[in-house]
Amino acid sequence: MSGSPGIPMIRLENVCKHYNGQQVLDGVSFEIRKGSITTIMGRSGGGKSVLIRHMIGLEAPDSGAIYIDGENIVGMGSRELNRIRRRFGVLFQDAALFDSLTVEENVAFPIREHLRLREKQVRAIVHDKLDKVGMGEHLHKFPNELSGGMRKRVGLARALALDPDLVFFDEPTSGLDPITRGVIYDLILDTHREMDTTYVLVSHDIHGVLNVSDWVMMLFKGRIAVQGTPEEIRSSTDPLIQQFTAVSGHGPLSMD
Amino acid sequence: MRTLSFFSSILLAPFELVRFCLDELGTALLLLVRSLMRMVLPPYRVGEFVRQLDFVGAQTVLLMVLTGAFTGMVSALQGYNGMHRYGAESMVGATVALALSRELGPVIGALMVVARVGSAMAAELGSMRNSQQIDALVSMAVDPIQYLISPRIFAATVALPFLALIFSFAGMVGAYVVSTAYLGIDAGTFMAGVRDYLDPSDITQGLIKSVVFGLLMALVSCHKGYYATGGSRGVAAATTEAVVVASVLILVSDYLMTTLMFRST
Repeated sequence: MSGSPGIPMIRLENVCKHYNGQQVLDGVSFEIRKGSITTIMGRSGGGKSVLIRHMIGLEAPDSGAIYIDGENIVGMGSRELNRIRRRFGVLFQDAALFDSLTVEENVAFPIREHLRLREKQVRAIVHDKLDKVGMGEHLHKFPNELSGGMRKRVGLARALALDPDLVFFDEPTSGLDPITRGVIYDLILDTHREMDTTYVLVSHDIHGVLNVSDWVMMLFKGRIAVQGTPEEIRSSTDPLIQQFTAVSGHGPLSMD
Repeated sequence: MRTLSFFSSILLAPFELVRFCLDELGTALLLLVRSLMRMVLPPYRVGEFVRQLDFVGAQTVLLMVLTGAFTGMVSALQGYNGMHRYGAESMVGATVALALSRELGPVIGALMVVARVGSAMAAELGSMRNSQQIDALVSMAVDPIQYLISPRIFAATVALPFLALIFSFAGMVGAYVVSTAYLGIDAGTFMAGVRDYLDPSDITQGLIKSVVFGLLMALVSCHKGYYATGGSRGVAAATTEAVVVASVLILVSDYLMTTLMFRST
């Protein structure tokens, strides 16, 4: 369980970050293989979302390096960073759809921003992406007219709109019922199969992510404490993993 | 020990306040500079500018007409009440015209825009910040200041002078109707007063003020909303602060500009 095998798409080296005296990331180092589905697990408030924000370049670490496809994004200017971000798709925790735009306009947004296409072509891409996530019939609805699961599906369609090389999912199934969670995981697998993209998930839904991931990491006390394939995680005797899988309040992950 | 810390906190309070104000001023000015720079750099957000112009300008016209008309009507009544004592009823039209063009149009118009538009700008941007919509823009390699702030500041700065003109015009119509139909002032006398005493510089000075008010209102509202944190309470606080700070700044800057304009005339 020492590291994800294969060519790295993302590499973090000793990333540290503190807020108001609290060390949230305390020397995080890992590699994420190209074309894989990798999940970072951890407790709520344990720094998973902070970690994803660092990888997207929304926040800068106090120290350390973050390599995206070989380029260190720490200290990069906004123009360079935007060049890298054009290769990203991000599904935020609550989908972060633009309230003032319809479902169709939300998915069309990144296409209109970055590709010089005719409106007909834009619509064709948007309809294709929305059909893939089963939202093709809700083109003209606004985000406030959608359920949580529907918003996530539209968010996924928007994240995939530019056929990115790398997609980040921040808690893709939080706040969803078990059926909708299953639908989202199926969509993650289906879209990944079609596009051969690198997917990075952060989640605390261990049973769900073990079924979809190629590689799983556990963030604990600001560091990657355990990592391995889903099979290795399932058979792990590590008390952290055991407590997480047992959904128990007793163990190293106790409240503090 | 506790008494000591109590007194030290009282002694330090003014310095903390000054530090807070300087911090706010610094971030607001930085936001202004960044939004102005992005206004002139491509991609030009024409669609967003037009949408904001519609929201700040076109959709506020009715409010300007309504509040302007009543302001003009009450100004005529109060003007008549004072001037009637000296037999100077003929001056009502001139007085209302000067008051509306120099002060009431720009200032009350701007305060009404703060209530309607400034609060909405702060609340919308604050809500976007808290629901990660601004992060989503950044993650899509879209500059949020260029997309969200620059069009709002530009639209408000352009729209405010027109809104102040509409306010003043509606006020004059209201004052004319009250003066001629209710107070019994001759229509010709009313209009002669306006023609004789209202100088084009009165109108231009009012318009210059409106440009500054529009810029201040949009900058304060965008600044408060864009940096809002702390969920729905944070958004509520940002909206309140935007309205209060923008209103106070409009009145303070009005005094400063009036002082400068008096000197120059």
